[in-house]
Amino acid sequence: MDRRIHRVGQNAPNMDAAPRHPRTLVDKIWDDHVVLDGKGAPSVLAIDLHLVHEVTSPQAFTGLRRRGLKVAHPERTVATADHSVPTTPRNLPILDAMAAAQVDQLTTNCTEFGIPLHGLGSPSQGIVHVIGPQLGLTQPGMTIVCGDSHTSTHGAFGALAFGIGTSEVEMVLATQCLLQRRPRSYEVRVDGRLAPGVSAKDVILNLLSRIGVGGGTGHVFEYRGSAIEALSMEQRMTICNMSIEGGARAGLIAPDDTTFEYLAGRAHAPKGREWDSAVERWRALPSDPDAAFDRTISIDASALEPMITYGTNPGMGLPISAAVPDPAATEDGPGRRALESALAYMDLQPGQPILGQKVDVVFIGSCTNGRISDLRLAAAALKGRKIADGLRLMVVPGSDEVKREAEREGLHEIFRAAGADWREAGCSMCIAMNGDQLTPGQYAVSTSNRNFEGRQGKGGRTFLASPLTAAASAVAGVVADPRRLPGIEALAAVGGR
Amino acid sequence: MAKPYASFSSKVIPLPAENVDTDQIVPARFLKVTDKEGLADALFRDWRYEADGGLKEPTFVLDKPGMAGRQILLAGDNFGCGSSREHAPWALVAWGIRAVITSSCADIFRGNSLKNGLLPIIVDAETQRQLFELVAREPDVELTVDLESQVVHLPGDEDLPFDVDPFSKLMLLKGTDELGYLLDKAPEIEAWERRHPARIDTRLDAGT
Repeated sequence: MDRRIHRVGQNAPNMDAAPRHPRTLVDKIWDDHVVLDGKGAPSVLAIDLHLVHEVTSPQAFTGLRRRGLKVAHPERTVATADHSVPTTPRNLPILDAMAAAQVDQLTTNCTEFGIPLHGLGSPSQGIVHVIGPQLGLTQPGMTIVCGDSHTSTHGAFGALAFGIGTSEVEMVLATQCLLQRRPRSYEVRVDGRLAPGVSAKDVILNLLSRIGVGGGTGHVFEYRGSAIEALSMEQRMTICNMSIEGGARAGLIAPDDTTFEYLAGRAHAPKGREWDSAVERWRALPSDPDAAFDRTISIDASALEPMITYGTNPGMGLPISAAVPDPAATEDGPGRRALESALAYMDLQPGQPILGQKVDVVFIGSCTNGRISDLRLAAAALKGRKIADGLRLMVVPGSDEVKREAEREGLHEIFRAAGADWREAGCSMCIAMNGDQLTPGQYAVSTSNRNFEGRQGKGGRTFLASPLTAAASAVAGVVADPRRLPGIEALAAVGGR
Repeated sequence: MAKPYASFSSKVIPLPAENVDTDQIVPARFLKVTDKEGLADALFRDWRYEADGGLKEPTFVLDKPGMAGRQILLAGDNFGCGSSREHAPWALVAWGIRAVITSSCADIFRGNSLKNGLLPIIVDAETQRQLFELVAREPDVELTVDLESQVVHLPGDEDLPFDVDPFSKLMLLKGTDELGYLLDKAPEIEAWERRHPARIDTRLDAGT
């Protein structure tokens, strides 16, 4: 059946043989997973790994029950509770009855359908996009989906990973496949060296400020270039994580030695001989040298400053030393109205410097910047310092394992001594479903991924930035430039992995 | 599961904002439901209501007189960006919206909408501008959405053709869903799986 469909013209090649035309990383993963080429209909694409959480899955399980279906491959599915869970001590009950019911429902669903669950209280619980890589489940060349738009995070490993809706969650549960059309490709070249104090978060915020929140629609980003190759896995995850903020469902980076070193020895990574053959397979994944992309953009890493957002979507960002743009200076039209409306919501004045803007809350965490290297950077910046009077600093590790590692390294002591609130793992104030939220009118510097109106609590105002910028701002009580932190060269080198 | 998507006529709700994200369409605090009930009340909640539950001043377009019952939303560019929550189309459909006319919409939102009887109609920016002008001039103008012939009929015999994914069109017109289609491919999926061993075992005891 498949052979017939894959046959092209007069030739009937072995479908596993490499075609003659050069292919991108995405092409290779796509070709490896096409079960059925659609001929007008979308292709049937096989999914290697399906991540499930409590918020976008309940209706999918209800759908399965209604149709009398089983989960096709519970052993390729994995679940955790992250979005609506409190970050207060785990011995306290979930006070929100609806959140408690949702978390209970996930447990019931996983038990009934045989899905492995890293649930609340488990040492491997955490944000779904933090635990996948941590457990070695996320591997190069895979197709990975989750009912969560930040699934793009896993693209850092050279996997084709993208967010899906609940109907698609049900489809993958039932068949381990999805109906998809081949995405267009978008090369994001980042060459040069990042200055101390400038990090992966600043690279992605810079890209978004250039292309806007719809610039990548219909495409998959492939991040390449010397600056990308120099990044650690956790920094690569930060970049891929926010691909969706540019409208691209997925963003990925070719696997290399950095990838393999990160993966080696992790719980679900291949072992022994299987590891060797996996690495050999993974080394063939990078885009062919002359592969063509549908679109391309270049960023000079050496010219980047720390970035921060000033508006109500992640594309409204600027270099931290710049001034808030003036709607009057932009062309009349929807763009100007959007800018006016964003500044009104944020209560910022056109032309005001963003540096020095008052901050009430600093949030360090999320699937974007809640990993151990993020916490190390923030702790290094906070060591021996106090946060500003009246400011609240919440540090929320991305997973229970990140929390334990941070505590082994004594980072929690640094945070507490600085006056921070050290919490349990979860999505927390990134999505503000769990009680961790801003009050109306408050300003936050946040290491998360979205500054939409009300995202961090109704009426709350968000400035997206890196962990270093967040820590510097927590000390200053206003938006602050991390490059002015004493010893920034040494500081910026902290992190690892 | 869904009803076949029949041709319909409706007045238009204009929402000229760009980059309307799904957090605005349904704020996250309404995502704690384990079913799809009650989402019409959550639709654009924080643009419609004050914290005390009273309507905002000025009133958001959905709550203006004469808007109830309208089935066409005319929206700014990049509608439905951000979170993958299918609650967004669920809420729009629950409120009564059946088509969103815009110059582009986000990929995940588009896919989610098409699976829920909500038709994204993508027009070029100039056409979008003209439609906003038309609705500003004639707030009660009635459009007819004809999916079968892929045309929006405007008053005065003017037709606005639009593209739609042929597969999604077929699914909408028949009122069938993609899962049913996929389940029919079980033999092909099984054959593929026999030739492609699983790349991962997620079971808790499989990790070491």
